[in-house]
Amino acid sequence: MPSIIDVRHVYKAFGGLKVINDCSIQVEQGSITGLIGPNGAGKSTLFNIIAGALPLDSGQVLLDGEDITNRPANELFHKGLLRTFQIAHEFSQLTALENLMMVPPRQAGESLFDAWFKPGVVREQEDAVRRKALEVIDFIGLHHVRNELAGNLSGGQKKLLELGRTMMADARVVLLDEIAAGVNRTLLGDLVSNIERLNRELGYTFLVIEHDMEMIARLCDPVIVLAQGSVMVEGTIEEIRNNPQVIEAYFGSTAA
Amino acid sequence: MNELVFFINNVIVAGSVTGSIYAIGAIGVTLIFSIMRFAHFAHADMMTFGTFMVLLLTLAFPGAGGAVGLPTPIVMLPLAMVLTALLAVGIDKAFYKPLRAHGVKPIVMVIASLGVTLMLQGVIRLFAGTGSQNLYLAGERKEIYRLDVPFEMAARPIIVTEPQVILFLLTIVCVVGLHLFLNRTRLGKAMRAMSDNPDLARASGINTNHIVAVTWVIAGGLAAIAGTLLSLDVTFKPDLSFFLLLPIFAAAIVGGVGHPYGAIAGGFVVGFAETLAVFNWTVLLRPVQHLFPAWLEIPRNLAFVGTEYKIVVPFFILVAILVWRPTGLFKGKVI
Repeated sequence: MPSIIDVRHVYKAFGGLKVINDCSIQVEQGSITGLIGPNGAGKSTLFNIIAGALPLDSGQVLLDGEDITNRPANELFHKGLLRTFQIAHEFSQLTALENLMMVPPRQAGESLFDAWFKPGVVREQEDAVRRKALEVIDFIGLHHVRNELAGNLSGGQKKLLELGRTMMADARVVLLDEIAAGVNRTLLGDLVSNIERLNRELGYTFLVIEHDMEMIARLCDPVIVLAQGSVMVEGTIEEIRNNPQVIEAYFGSTAA
Repeated sequence: MNELVFFINNVIVAGSVTGSIYAIGAIGVTLIFSIMRFAHFAHADMMTFGTFMVLLLTLAFPGAGGAVGLPTPIVMLPLAMVLTALLAVGIDKAFYKPLRAHGVKPIVMVIASLGVTLMLQGVIRLFAGTGSQNLYLAGERKEIYRLDVPFEMAARPIIVTEPQVILFLLTIVCVVGLHLFLNRTRLGKAMRAMSDNPDLARASGINTNHIVAVTWVIAGGLAAIAGTLLSLDVTFKPDLSFFLLLPIFAAAIVGGVGHPYGAIAGGFVVGFAETLAVFNWTVLLRPVQHLFPAWLEIPRNLAFVGTEYKIVVPFFILVAILVWRPTGLFKGKVI
């Protein structure tokens, strides 16, 4: 399998603190790759570097062979690399459905000229976007709250909406930042099965940061363990669980 | 009836003129705030710059308006709007963008915009001098419309000048255009998205640098309109718009800062409050004097405040409205 994300020898320091230290990871096309590690291992920093939210000091990030080092998030979006946020972000003054309708890129209506002089074209495309948003909102099981202001949704529903956002854009790779955090068990089941379906039916590749080991075990293969800014081990969840190095990193040397 | 006409001339017409100018200015201030989260103090001098461009263009092509039956400054306004928009984008690139890139606190941006204010004022004075100049050059004349009131007792007409009519029309065009832009166009929606959550906007594929530039173009264009129509109503002076800066900020805050419709409402609230506060109510009471007891004599001047204290009024309104509604008339912060 070719790797769709290829991180090569990345370094990143905040002041004197080296957070990412010669880190190289590969995410295979079509996989759901987990990224775990103790607090302060640099997971979120690495994630933000890949997502274009943080500049790196040195190294290279490739998306399907193309150099995307230090490209801004909005450019990566148009290349099919999307992210969700650890703390769900939403346009709070828009409804759930309108939030999804914000996403699709490149439609007429983008210029004032079109909006005023080609109202037919704009309306047609708005309709197409609305139909797609309705399909997506059905898929993620938020149909019943589609006309609620997104700011009023529960934490878990906002996370589902984040997943819906990636579907609107037909992503190739989705970076999931602790999507299980703060989500109740029932909704978590929905989230996991949605992620599996997106992976299986639409061929999405996922890179997942997660603290919930149960979810990692259910979803991810392979799993990459990050410690002190670089890769410690990589393997199946079973291999990781039984690796003495990992146990030491998580629980300290005395626990081993 | 003459008294009523006097009221219309001095309050309705004058209040609409002031209100329109405040509203157009405040829309720019509030858009910049909602996208970049800082109070842009150089806005008034962008207005002056726009007016100055109109003055230069009018001097360069005198009488060009005659061909289309409009005052030459109005014909030159679109070009001046483009130039002011370019200036606004240029100022952003040169001064604000580097600061933003370093992630400075909003107060640093505010102080930087004060610096830009002083710079712009200096540059404009250097070229335009400090005196006042009429935008109507020799050969053109300010049309004055006298509308006769169809009542027998009314001897005086309602007086509206040509620039005032143009101002009212342009205000309506701006408000409707802005509404359509923000609600119907992809770009307008992207702007609303960015004011709500810039990180999510970027993660949704919105080029936020582009949105910032568009915001400056709109704010610059509107500033040119507001400044020019103000100067057409009176005359061009390098510091004329600067004295409107505080009322314009008051209008933006009264309406709910960051909220364009609030800015429009705030502009008119502040404009009418000013004219009502300095209006001499004796004029309206005199015809009904026979209804009052004989011992009650109506004073000669019954205005709430003297004209010299006019500037106080917006701030009184500002404080009063913020006590009543801390977020402003409309819920502020997000478009």
